[in-house]
Amino acid sequence: MGVRGVSALEAVQQGVIYGCVSLLGSVALTYESLSHTSGVFHFKTHHFFTSNSGQSRIFINNEWHDSVSGKVFSTYNPATGEKICDVQEADKADVDKAVQAARSAFSLDSVWRKMDASERGKLLFKLADLVERDRAYLATLESLDTGKPFLSSFFVDLQGTIKTFRYFAGWADKIHGSTIPTDGEYFTLTRHEPIGVCGQIVPWNFPLVMTAWKLGPALSCGNTVVLKPAEQTPLTCLYIGALIREAGFPPGVVNILPGYGPTAGAAIASHMGIDKVAFTGSTEVGKLIQEAAGKSNLKRVTLELGGKSPNIIFADADFELAVEQAHQGVFFNNGQCCTAGSRIFVEEPIYDEFVRRSVERARRRTVGNPFDPTAEQGPQVSVEQQRRVLELIQSGITEGAKLECGGKAPLSKGFFVEPTVFSDVQDHMRIAKEEIFGPVQQIMKFKTIEEVIERANNTEYGLAAAVFTTDLNKAMTVSAALQAGTVWINCYNALSCQCPFGGFKMSGNGRELGEIGLKEYTEVKTITMKMSGKKS
Amino acid sequence: ALHCDHATMAQNGTIENGLARNTSPLPQPVKIPEIKHTKIFINNEWHTSIKGKKFPTINPATGVKICDVEEADKADVDEAVRAARAAGQRGSEWRQMDASSRGRLLHRLADLLERERAVLATLESMDTGKPFLHAFFVDLDGSIKTLRYYAGWTDKIHGKTMPVDENFVCFTKHEPVGVCGAIIPWNFPLLMFMWKIAPALACGNTVVIKPAEQTPLTALHTGALIKEAGFPPGVVNIVPGFGPTAGAAIGSHMNIDKVAFTGSTEVGQLIKAAAAKSNLKRVTLELGGKNPCIVFADSDLQSAVEETQKGAFFNQGQACTAASRVYVEEAVYDEFLRLSVERAKNIAIGDPLEPRTSHGPQINQHQFDKILELVASGKKEGATLECGGCAVEDRGLFIHPTIFSDVKDHMRIAKEEIFGPVQCIMKFKTQEEVIDRANGTQYGLTAAVFTRDIHRAMSVSAALEAGTVWVNCYNALHAQAPFGGYKMSGNGRELGEYALAEYTEVKAITLKLSERLTL
Repeated sequence: MGVRGVSALEAVQQGVIYGCVSLLGSVALTYESLSHTSGVFHFKTHHFFTSNSGQSRIFINNEWHDSVSGKVFSTYNPATGEKICDVQEADKADVDKAVQAARSAFSLDSVWRKMDASERGKLLFKLADLVERDRAYLATLESLDTGKPFLSSFFVDLQGTIKTFRYFAGWADKIHGSTIPTDGEYFTLTRHEPIGVCGQIVPWNFPLVMTAWKLGPALSCGNTVVLKPAEQTPLTCLYIGALIREAGFPPGVVNILPGYGPTAGAAIASHMGIDKVAFTGSTEVGKLIQEAAGKSNLKRVTLELGGKSPNIIFADADFELAVEQAHQGVFFNNGQCCTAGSRIFVEEPIYDEFVRRSVERARRRTVGNPFDPTAEQGPQVSVEQQRRVLELIQSGITEGAKLECGGKAPLSKGFFVEPTVFSDVQDHMRIAKEEIFGPVQQIMKFKTIEEVIERANNTEYGLAAAVFTTDLNKAMTVSAALQAGTVWINCYNALSCQCPFGGFKMSGNGRELGEIGLKEYTEVKTITMKMSGKKS
Repeated sequence: ALHCDHATMAQNGTIENGLARNTSPLPQPVKIPEIKHTKIFINNEWHTSIKGKKFPTINPATGVKICDVEEADKADVDEAVRAARAAGQRGSEWRQMDASSRGRLLHRLADLLERERAVLATLESMDTGKPFLHAFFVDLDGSIKTLRYYAGWTDKIHGKTMPVDENFVCFTKHEPVGVCGAIIPWNFPLLMFMWKIAPALACGNTVVIKPAEQTPLTALHTGALIKEAGFPPGVVNIVPGFGPTAGAAIGSHMNIDKVAFTGSTEVGQLIKAAAAKSNLKRVTLELGGKNPCIVFADSDLQSAVEETQKGAFFNQGQACTAASRVYVEEAVYDEFLRLSVERAKNIAIGDPLEPRTSHGPQINQHQFDKILELVASGKKEGATLECGGCAVEDRGLFIHPTIFSDVKDHMRIAKEEIFGPVQCIMKFKTQEEVIDRANGTQYGLTAAVFTRDIHRAMSVSAALEAGTVWVNCYNALHAQAPFGGYKMSGNGRELGEYALAEYTEVKAITLKLSERLTL
């Protein structure tokens, strides 16, 4: 999927012409800069919504519902702080309705359960085609709701979403069981069956991609879904609901419930009618989810949680590449990535130069309106996140790290934070231990390979890691020694839907993506037959 | 599913015994005023043959020539191989393409086949004589599904990493074999085309494919769609021509890395010998069959009668999977025979383009003569002709569905592949006996067992020497399931994940490190 830090600028350099879209209708948006035109880009205006379409409501049984409680919540544009629209707020009662719909869509004789596996694949392909058709619209909506640069949305998020759906579409009729040569007069075969109703709770940093990572494998394996987008960013996920229906998924197969963690999220995690829950978000909440699963019905749990991912730069590395990749690795998506390479360990001989060049690069990072094609960085998603990032930056200064650049909120409007670089960071400092989820780069010094492996692993997290070196032995030794679910060698954020992704230690349980991602959405049934005599 | 029978079509709500089952309109053959694609397809362009030769393709239902087609020979094959080699060389667009993009191209080709479905089904029916609705619902459906299935595989062809001893790291890459020659038969021209190209392209190979000289038209039409889908030039090259010339050139070509052949066992042996004599190219073969169906007394007799008969007569008996040896348990033998004969007499023979027709002509005079000669041998050797056994009067290449009873294992009709609408029904007494008799053949392509007894189903299916065993069904082929022969019915497997192994070379890459890696 290549979240390979495609910056807006790179996209511009690729000479891509794209359409940017203005949103009208029920979401009732008027965002002036959307119709802005520059010398380079040609912005088109499309009108996708009619005034009575339902994409700010709860999606159950392929229909749009108001919340049972009658409550709504607002979603904001983080670049301006202005409200985009109100969304119907799902709570426990709505979750109950959705689970009922999902359960019934999963009943033994349902259309969904009787459907050919290849037909499920075709539906997922259709969904990918529809996302592709509405790509510019969805990218616009994603940028509006999250604050991420439009070109990032378009080239990274939308691309990843489409590819993930297509990838899992292909798996639908390739989920093989096996036949097993059991001892004695028996014959055994396995079936990989869907688990049932899957609850899925996705975060606000990559709302669409995370939706695809969840829906793709769940639907490929034949499950039904109750999915909660983050309350900060419900809009693209709800739009996917409309496309699910248009693609022809039977009612109840996918249900989408915009709402909050402590209410709708908690209802999913502790629901007795949900067979599995998949969560992407903070480690803190991940623990609550697993606990709720334990206390309720022992539902299966997969978790993709936080990270404090080490990025180890050896003196023999391709220096230019390492500076740029380390920069993108931490600043991509305004630093709001669980994979953020937020601990950069640089070998002593090149440390000073690396810091100098990283600071230079961070200073060049353009911050601004997400719809400005030259903007590499937009705002943080919310004022809470902005405050938290600024508070951690302050702790770094207090604890004695050297603030090389940035560190402030540059604009009075919107939730922006300047690209920030700290040098002389020590492992015990909060900025070296806590997940910042903001545009803050910590650069540390190391001397030996053994030392850096130990320091890199000395964290409760284990999501991603990277090593930059041209030495084959170092590359293999370090990648084998690192306690992380993903290790990148001479690259960063090189995610692809074909490869498994997930965390060691407290960065998560289980894996998403790749063939192994299917395992998390199937129950294996062993069928053993008594035979009348041993058969070869 | 590539179910080759009416029952499946009926399940799909389409037709039953060639008749409309519901109110939805049946697909109609398309008027084809002019055949567009009759030339050799190399590098996404149309070429005349180097020797300037052409050959006619005939409509077997009428005996009338459909059109002339450019005839590829050795020199044209050389051109095609050059194109395929260039398209597959290191650094080429095709070799640099993301695996998922190869999948997109295969999907696009499937979409185009769907768009052209009626045209292709009409062409297939005209060129082979098979009923149009069979072509539409079986051949086209199977072709499209095969493409989509392999489209999904492209980015899932996994190598492995191995925990090798000492301070080594080892991983495998499954790389394309290179230029793949393919030689396909006339009984399912388009479907066999897809069985060959879909896994080959999914794995990143390039292809030189020779359709049968009797039925080149749908393959050539597909050439245009391959170009339209956006495959780079040279990735697929189509060389219509004859076996001893173009086919032999493929079999013995020094620059073809693999050859896949579907056809007779006799020619399969030639292909394998040619591969060995030339460059040891990899060989996969899907060859003949003399497939046993075993009907036990406890089976659903009506269903067994239907399935075995469709198994025998589907595609006018011109199927390597043809159910040509039916072993029936003594207790139900007479009843089975009576029901089979009754059913065979009701088969609708006629114009393949008519929706009612479920039985068309044989492919050509040679096949027609061979079938009638074998029928004569059956009579002479003492089998009882229960029905059919002769040509339809005044109708060229049509043969009546034929049933022999009292067939003995030593008779020619019980041993040789007839490739015509001839069902041989034998009697058996014990399970041990019938397994021995069923396996007493050089062939081992498919087999079937009809029983309600789970133990019997499992033990007989385990004992049969065949690449595919159907239990209480027949011709239930699927893109997801492997297909191929034991013994002299072939080498290797097509379809399913298994086929990917036939189109990849495994490369083990071993790195020596300065020290042992931590586990």
